[in-house]
Order: sequence, then structure tokens, then C-alpha cells
Amino acid sequence: MATTPVRLAEAGDGFLRQIELGPILSRFAVDQVGVTERAAALAKRSIKKTSKVAALRLAVAVMDLTTLEGADTPGKVEALCAKARRPDPADPMVPPVAAACVYPTMVATAKTALAGSGVRVASVATAFPSGQSSLRVRLADVEDAVAAGADEIDMVINRGAFLSGRHREVFDEIVAVKGACGAAHLKVILETGELGTYDNVRRASVLAMAAGADFIKTSTGKVQPAATLPVALVMLEAIRDFHERTGRMVGFKPAGGVRSAKQAIQHLILVNETLGPDWLTPERYRIGASSLLNDCLMQLAKERTGRYQSADYFSKD
Amino acid sequence: MTDQTPVPAASTLETLDLGYAPAPEATDHVRIRDHYGLLIGGKWVDPASGKGFKTVNPATEVVLAEVAEAGEEDVDLAVKAARAAYDKLWSKTSGTQRAKYLFRVARVLQERAREFAVLETIDGGKPIKESRDVDLPLAAAHFFYYAGWADKLDYAFPGRSPRPLGVAAQVIPWNFPLLMAAWKLAPALAAGNTVVLKPAETTPLTALLLGQVLEQAELPPGVVNILTGAGATGAALVAHPDVDKVAFTGSTEVGKAIQRTLAGSGTRLTLELGGKAANIVFDDAPIDQAIEGIVNGIYFNQGHVCCAGSRLLVQESIAEPLIAKLKRRMATLRVGDPLDKNTDVGAINSRQQLDRIEELVASGEAEGAELYQSPCDLPARGFWFRPTVFTGVAQSHRIAQEEIFGPVLSVLTFRTPAEAVEKANNTPYGLSAGVWTDKGSRILDLASRLRAGVVWANTFNRFDPTSPFGGYKESGFGREGGLHGLAPYLDLS
Repeated sequence: MATTPVRLAEAGDGFLRQIELGPILSRFAVDQVGVTERAAALAKRSIKKTSKVAALRLAVAVMDLTTLEGADTPGKVEALCAKARRPDPADPMVPPVAAACVYPTMVATAKTALAGSGVRVASVATAFPSGQSSLRVRLADVEDAVAAGADEIDMVINRGAFLSGRHREVFDEIVAVKGACGAAHLKVILETGELGTYDNVRRASVLAMAAGADFIKTSTGKVQPAATLPVALVMLEAIRDFHERTGRMVGFKPAGGVRSAKQAIQHLILVNETLGPDWLTPERYRIGASSLLNDCLMQLAKERTGRYQSADYFSKD
Repeated sequence: MTDQTPVPAASTLETLDLGYAPAPEATDHVRIRDHYGLLIGGKWVDPASGKGFKTVNPATEVVLAEVAEAGEEDVDLAVKAARAAYDKLWSKTSGTQRAKYLFRVARVLQERAREFAVLETIDGGKPIKESRDVDLPLAAAHFFYYAGWADKLDYAFPGRSPRPLGVAAQVIPWNFPLLMAAWKLAPALAAGNTVVLKPAETTPLTALLLGQVLEQAELPPGVVNILTGAGATGAALVAHPDVDKVAFTGSTEVGKAIQRTLAGSGTRLTLELGGKAANIVFDDAPIDQAIEGIVNGIYFNQGHVCCAGSRLLVQESIAEPLIAKLKRRMATLRVGDPLDKNTDVGAINSRQQLDRIEELVASGEAEGAELYQSPCDLPARGFWFRPTVFTGVAQSHRIAQEEIFGPVLSVLTFRTPAEAVEKANNTPYGLSAGVWTDKGSRILDLASRLRAGVVWANTFNRFDPTSPFGGYKESGFGREGGLHGLAPYLDLS
């Protein structure tokens, strides 16, 4: 019977408040209208000429080039890795992407393909994308990926536990996954499309950062809506407040639905004006995408030559 | 199997800093004439006196045009033209026909929106993103909205028999030159009145361009007459004995003078005057959106907004982190060339207004409030003032009482909702207020206790033609917008 008050204290935000969040971080109220307006206003920034070229190159440099299909094969992953190393052989100014993001079974292939390139290998794990397996299985998934050489692990949070108010459980699981990662960086996917409210997005962001996430990430890419600008803004503001409070710079990765160079630039502007240029580096910022890269290359070629080229001039990998 | 081509080093990224290259809006589609006359009885005429004045671009101090200065004779001619148009034509024009003209004006404003937005920014100094995204869409929306009422007046006021008043004299300010013209003209014309409009002396150009649009819409001659000039022109217009209705938006001082002039004359009057709005932030508010609301409340249009949230009332328990967040946000405001699409805060409208802002800010420092200014560079020429916040402000300070009409925020704190209401209402003004809280019941409670014509909840400076706008106390009387905005232009007795 003595467990009852403990359970009450652990339920809901009570637990989050216990972890010393301070006056700003412990507030989870987000006004939907306000955040949508702010994101829309920032999306209207006009990025032209030299800024546009710099932004497009940056978008490539922070990209987690991704393939997460049931049909993935070593051949497909090798092609992706070749593209990751050298996205546009015609333009020496285009940097390699930050990482290739694959399933755990493909990590070894990607690791070999990217050897010596500086491009990191990220692996989704923890029963991606649903996370609906026992913790034992999810941890084993992480351990496998790390053993195969993954530099970064993209985990999913336990949305079932989060939505039923079992925040401590979510927290403890992230701590456990972080432990299983060893030296690998941990990106925590909130799957914001399943969280329902911006309040929840902020709450889950704070929870993941407090539990030790190196990055927080919007989505798996398997659920819509994914990386919308308002969701990104809410998470960036949580990162900013967490940094103010703890001094720790947590990274951010929007993923899912970022398909055009224009969208990518809008995301970069959000970071620039919310967190500042310190976050505009692959160490602290990534964009998870599969089809975005070629649009960035096409826009860069257009800036270079003054003309748009057919999609057939860019390799499909 | 792997591609061993050397990859470019990270150093080939020129910069990770996303400095924004200049993104100026094109101006080549805007033609500004050297001279502008007065629009009287459907003709552009020179003033009887031959006098004129110059209008300048406040961002560069470059003279844009010479504009006619209307004197008493011109005022008389304009009122006579409006009277003639009313008697002979407009009072006999059906609501459906009046609506047709208003719809046309609305559509032309939309078609020529870019031209108007650029001209508004050049003449007034406001950022192009505001004239493009706020002033123009709202101006068109007002014409559309009141066009819809023109043939439905009997239904707007059931059981009454609404009749137009006759000739309306309308004097508008320099902060939203075209939008205020739309707020004034659309309900007046929909209700069946004719108009003599006087735009402000520092921002006449968009009203004059609107005059051309009225011609393009084939509005009959004399229905709208436009007189440019300064205070003397406005005074002569409102005092004209053949004016049936005066509508004024501007300073409380001038509003009082107009009310004295019209006392006992039977001329109808509505006044939309100054403000010193409280933006009240409770400790449960959505903080980051509240920061945006505070910034939008006071730095929108350089604070040249009568309903600006110029007093921030913040609950003491979150004052410190909130002010830290506000300062951080202020540092990201982009101040400068109003024509640049990325500019957030533009130029102060005139030298005279800049002097007034500087004088009041000096008084704030002298009275012991703590000043913080956005650390931005300002252009060498033109009229500029850094986004400014005063903390440690007491209710007795001038910067807490007087309308500054510039980008200057005064921060006060409160402990309880009752204290917030008391401080918010403790001002001669009563135009607007903002409430930031996650608690719906508190919003409803405060909205009924705040003596302000507009109370925004978890937002600020939002406008819509269907929503009435106007003040209490020294902020004036009468409402513009919505059904309420039609009534002052109608005889409902």
C-alpha cells in the first residue's frame, strides 16, 4: 500500500518536475496558434544568392542520407554510401553528407562502404519504427547495431508509455539505451506525429534531453505529420531552454517530409534564429532525408550555371 | 568496391553562419510623381494657395515628392463637391451599386498590392513584410467586408431604417496610411455617405494612389475627395459647417481639440486615439509564444501602433527568466532597410517622432528605469531607433503613463490577477490589452474586467474587418470594423 503515493508522484509531470528543471523548463504550455504563426513568419525569410548557396551546402553537410526500407539490400546501401561520400562529382564544393542512416543489418555494409570518408554510420534501433517490443529486445537491437560499428543510434521512444503518462518508464528506457550505446551518439526519436499536442512534444523533448539524448529527432519518417516547421520550432526552443539551464548543447534532427531544398532552408533558418549559428554544424544538427539531396544538388547546379537541369542529370541511388 | 575519390574537406564550406544576403523588394513597378494635387470632384487640382510640402522617405531622408497643401478654400470646394455628389448621385445609388464599386476597389487593391506595399514602405518606413502581409491584405479585406453590407443595411439593423448621414470628414494618421484610409472609406461608402479624406502629412502617397484606384474603379466624381495637408488642413476640414460626420484617428491631444470644435454643432464624431496597452503575462503562459506576442506587440511597425502592447505586466515569479528570453529574442530582430524582405523593424516615421521617442526614453533613464537596447547596427542616414526595453519601471514613471509611439517597452511586475487588472486599468487610456495564460477561465475573467476596447488572448495586434475596434476613456469612442463600424455612418433613429 505504501507504493500508492510513489506511483502518484511518478505519474505525469510530477516526475518531470522532480528532475530539477527550473522555472522555464518545467513549463510545457505551448500555444498552437502562436507557434504556427512564428514558424510561418520564419519560413518567409528570403534567402538569396550567396546565402542560398551557403545554406544549400550546409543542408548537404548536415544530411543523414537515409534508406529504411524492407527492400534494402547491400547493393542499395552501397549505392547510397557512394552518394553520401561524394554527392556531386561535378561540383567540388559540395561536401559529403554527415551520415548514412540504415537498419542494423546494413550497418556493417555501410561501415565498409564509408571507411575513411568521415561520413558516419547511423542506425535506427529499438524495434524501429514502432518500438513495440520488450525492452530486452530493444536493447539487444541497439547492442547489435553498435557491435556492427554504428557511430550513431536513432532510437524511438516508448510512445505507449508516454501517452499513458508513464514518463519515468520512458525516461528510464532512454537511460538504458544510452548505456547500451557506449561511445555511439544517441538520437532520440519522439515520433511527434503520434504525440498529439505541442505540449507533449515539448514535454517529450525535455524528458529525452534530461535522460541523456545527444540529439532529439522529430520522427521515424513512417508516420505523418513528421518534421513540420512548428514541431521543429517547439523542439528547438526546448533545446535552447535546456542549454540555458544545464549548459549542455543537445542536437536536433528533423526527419520525415523534408523533401525540397526550400523546406531544408526553412529548417536551417529556424535553427539560425532560435539557437544561433553554434548549432549549424553536423555535430549538433542533422536533417534526415532520402529524396532531399538531389533537390539540393539541382538547386546548387542552378545557382552555379543559372539553369535548371533535368532530374536525369542527378544520380538516383 | 568503395569509391576512393578524395572528398572535399569540411573547410570548403565557406561558412556555417547563415548571414542573410540583402533581399530588397524591387521598386521598378512603382512610379512616384514629382507633384501631387488634390482630388476634388473627380479632378486632380492644385490648391488655391499654390502651396505644397515635401514628403520624404524616412529610411533615407530622400525627398519623394511635392504634395499640395490644402487650405480653407480647398476644404470648402472639397466639401461642396462631396455634398453635390451626395445630393445628386450617391444618396440615390442603390446598395447593390455601391457594393459593386467597393468590390472593385478591393479587387484592384489586391491586383496592385505589391505596388501599394512598396510605396507604403518607401513613404512611411515600415518593413515591406508588414506592408505586404498585413496592411495590404487587411485594406482589401475591409473593402470586401463592407462591400458585403452595402445592400444589406436593413438587415444589419433590424427594425430600424438606416439612412446615410451625408458628408463625412475623415482624418487619418501616418502609422497605417492605406489601411486607415480603408477602415474609414469602406464603411462610410457602404453606408451611402460621401467623403472628404485627409491623409497624414508624412505619408500621403498611398492615399493619393488610392485616389487613382478609385478612378480606375469608376467611382463617380466627388464621392471621395482627398485633401493633403498638415494639422491646419485637418482643423479646417473638421470645422466645416457642412460636414455631417467626423471620424478621426490620431493623437488624444488633437482628438480633444476636435471634440471641442464640434461641441454643440450636432456633427457626429468618432475618435480613435492613443493607447498605453498592458500586455499581461501570467506564470502559466506559453512562454515562447508570449515572447513573440510581446515582440509583436511593441516592435510591430516600430511601435507606431495606437494599440501597441507598450506596458508589459509580467507575473513576478517568472519575470527574470522571461526578461532574459525577451532580450535574447530582441537581439535577433533585424533592423534596417525597410525594403529588405528580411527586415523586422524599419525606420521611425519622421524626425519629429524620433525626437519625441528620444525625449521620453531620456526621461525613463532619468527616472531610474533600467534600459536595454537591441545590439543592432543602424543605418547612417534616416530616422532610426533601436528596439528598447525598460525594466524596473514604476507605475509613476512617464514611460509607464505616456504613449511613446515608438519601439520602447516598459516592463512592470505584478503578483496576483487582481493587481494585474488594477495596474492594467490604471491609465487614462483604454484601447487594447493582452492576456497570456494557459487557463481559459482566467482569460474570460480578465477580458470582462479590463477596461479596454480590444482584449487579445494569447496573441496580440491581430486585426480582422469583422471585429470591432475602438477605445475607452482617452483612447476615444466609437468602433470601427464589424457591424459596430457601420453604425457611426448611419442615422438609425
